[in-house]
Amino acid sequence: MNAWRQPGCWLAWLCVAVGGLAILVTRDNTLREVAFTLLMFAAMASSLNIMIGYTGYVNFGHIVFFGLGGYTGFYLISQHAWPLYPAVLVGGLAAAVVAGLLGSAILRLRGAYFALATIGINEAARAFVNNFGPFGGPTGMFVNFAAYRQYGGAAQALWLTYTLLLATTLFTLITSGMVRHSRFGLGLMGIREDEDAAMVMGVNAPRLKAMAYVLSALSPGMVGTLFFFKNGNVEPGDAFRLHMSIEMLVMVMLGGQGTVLGPVLGAVMYERLRGYLLTSAIFKHLHLAFAGLSLLLIVLFVPAGVVGWLRGRLPRLRRLLA
Amino acid sequence: MILQVQQVTKRFGGLQALTEVNFDLAEGQILGLIGPNGAGKTTLFNVVNGVYTPEVGRVIFRGKDITGWPPYRVAQSGLARTHQVVRPLNELTVRENVMVGACFGREGHSLASSTHVADDALTRVGLTDRAHQITGSLNVAQKKRLELARALSARPYLLLLDEVLAGLNPAEIALMIETIRRIRDGGVTILMIEHVMQAVMNVSDRVLVLDYGILIAEGSPQDVANNPRVIEAYLGDPQLAQRLLAE
Amino acid sequence: MGQLLASLVDGLLLGFVYGMAAMGLSLIWGVMRVINLSHGAIMTLGMFATYLLFSLLGVNPYLALFIVAALGLLFGFLVYWVAVHRVINAPHLSSLLATFAVNMIIIGVGTAVFTTSPRNIDFALGSVEIGPLTLQASRLIAALVTAIATATLYLFLYRTYPGKAIRAVANNRASAELMGIASARVLALSFGIGTMLAALAGGLISTFFPFTILSGDAYEPRSFVICVLGGLGNPLGALIGGLILGTMEGLIPAFMPVSWVPVIEFVMFVLILLVRPSGLLGAR
Repeated sequence: MNAWRQPGCWLAWLCVAVGGLAILVTRDNTLREVAFTLLMFAAMASSLNIMIGYTGYVNFGHIVFFGLGGYTGFYLISQHAWPLYPAVLVGGLAAAVVAGLLGSAILRLRGAYFALATIGINEAARAFVNNFGPFGGPTGMFVNFAAYRQYGGAAQALWLTYTLLLATTLFTLITSGMVRHSRFGLGLMGIREDEDAAMVMGVNAPRLKAMAYVLSALSPGMVGTLFFFKNGNVEPGDAFRLHMSIEMLVMVMLGGQGTVLGPVLGAVMYERLRGYLLTSAIFKHLHLAFAGLSLLLIVLFVPAGVVGWLRGRLPRLRRLLA
Repeated sequence: MILQVQQVTKRFGGLQALTEVNFDLAEGQILGLIGPNGAGKTTLFNVVNGVYTPEVGRVIFRGKDITGWPPYRVAQSGLARTHQVVRPLNELTVRENVMVGACFGREGHSLASSTHVADDALTRVGLTDRAHQITGSLNVAQKKRLELARALSARPYLLLLDEVLAGLNPAEIALMIETIRRIRDGGVTILMIEHVMQAVMNVSDRVLVLDYGILIAEGSPQDVANNPRVIEAYLGDPQLAQRLLAE
Repeated sequence: MGQLLASLVDGLLLGFVYGMAAMGLSLIWGVMRVINLSHGAIMTLGMFATYLLFSLLGVNPYLALFIVAALGLLFGFLVYWVAVHRVINAPHLSSLLATFAVNMIIIGVGTAVFTTSPRNIDFALGSVEIGPLTLQASRLIAALVTAIATATLYLFLYRTYPGKAIRAVANNRASAELMGIASARVLALSFGIGTMLAALAGGLISTFFPFTILSGDAYEPRSFVICVLGGLGNPLGALIGGLILGTMEGLIPAFMPVSWVPVIEFVMFVLILLVRPSGLLGAR
């Protein structure tokens, strides 16, 4: 696969791997918490990038995969005492199945219509889960503290969750790189540039779009399960925050859509910014407004994001910043 | 017969774009398709290529009925096409554009082997030195050559060329004609829509004339050029000149 | 049965207001192919503006509506020139994200200023008895205001020069420019009218429902569904779509819990887009 030869991919992979492992070595709790959030966002932004950056389809409802996959995984842990590893995998698969079903309906829509449909999905998913008995309805589900004992106690469980998240994020980034530099990715980018022309050239757009959509759902599903497990509970309000979908969008746009490094960079930059805002007295309440402002500025002035801008300005770095 | 178009009729609401168009195309030929603007030539291409489905009629390609097939399936079976208004994949490089054709066309190359096919196609149209340029920055003539390269890299049996000479100067036209001849000599059958009469008449083995969606003439370039119906379609009343002189 | 009829009529009256809100969205889409994702937030601003005029300045809410409409128009100009103008010719994604960003800014600032506590306009007008039905006067007035606004809009679009300019630009922007129409100003005006209708709808809603800074969010998906129902770009279609949706919402609670409504709306939305994308009444 061509991806193994792309320095840009390695840059992203190594940064995350090295950084992530370093924390495991130091066993620092605070750093772990920060890293957890960063890894989560990096995984979500990267997977979203498959739809937005490579395929060119704007998905406002990416959080739905996080929510539904997370709910399913958590349900298995909380109500059926499943161990963590398989639950996480099933969470990812559940999200992928949902993507497959939804995709068959909405991927026929183009451009703005598709985007609108994804907003609607979010609302519908939340309403559905609110009414769905087995998932706890409006009160959601929670995990008995005792459940953590099988992992050696709460502290151990937290480290385990972190390690699994690191693995998941690396998996996402590797997948993203492989897609980007594969025949499949070339087809997706053809769809992004001109779907009809791509079809005339032989690109089976319906099938490729569906594959991209399903693939983009795997990570959020897994990440969701891990997140809810760590929190110990889940409820509809938490799982489907449109807010989070938007933040992921900002991250992808900020870092640069369509590249492997971009979403990771964007996730880190946005998270640092957000952390600063949340702790600063002046901006505490305005972090949503600030996210909106950054998104607006990016869309208006730097639509290719940081990585895209760099690639434009420094053509020699193009191969590095793939 | 590599292509058989049978009684194809296409309507758009109240507009009858094509009416009972019927013709055959033998392998290895260059068939020219001419007609006044709005005659339905590009619509015919769109029907053959799967973008539109005809209300009536069939399209048979290499013995298989491809009527109603989606465009990508048609392309994968070995039929490639260029567009009148070029449709490049703007953010990709020239070479990547052509690789799409190689990867998803008839031969379904892997990414690695498609680079060779792409380079070969680029050489044939003379765009090799621009291989790593971003497509959006090319001029129109170069984009036209890119369209051709993309179609060629799919190694099609049949190539549909839609006004590939439009906007070119005489020197470029001569070059392109040479390229087209060489493509045909390489075993590809060609169906080309053109307005540049001198070119079409010189390079085609046979010519079809479409007017208001109806096939009004078919034959050798000589026969078609002297056909009164054809003259009338392009110029109006063929006797007009004589009548005016007689007055 | 009487209960069903009552909720049906209630829903119908509410549908007028939904329709007016959706009209603004539909107009903007029809004229410039932009989907205004700050639509819900602007409705909320309309609610708050009416509330503030009433509670701080003691203005009659129905008179305040005039001011709210004017504010909505001006705000629309602002949003257009700041956020939309630069990306009007860019791919759809850009304008979607730009208006989405505006939405985030409005809600972010609004939450900081107003917090999420609910507000209410205490201006009860009592009820009116028509035959077997008891209808709330405020809803009747809202429906009436909508009808007048719609009529005014159509008069404007078809009988005045700016209105015709808008229709020309909606039809074919390049040609309109060639004929001397300053399309940017026309686009700004259309956007402003769109937001004005949204703010007005918000103001009307505030006269009979309590609201919070997040209330507009609930109306946005509905507005999309209505626009799609009536045909994007067709303001009258939006009104009719609103009536249909309002009636449906009046009927649904009789058969299943209200919280299923978003699911049903989403399914409707997707079905229409798949089956008849030009809407029930045809789009521009």
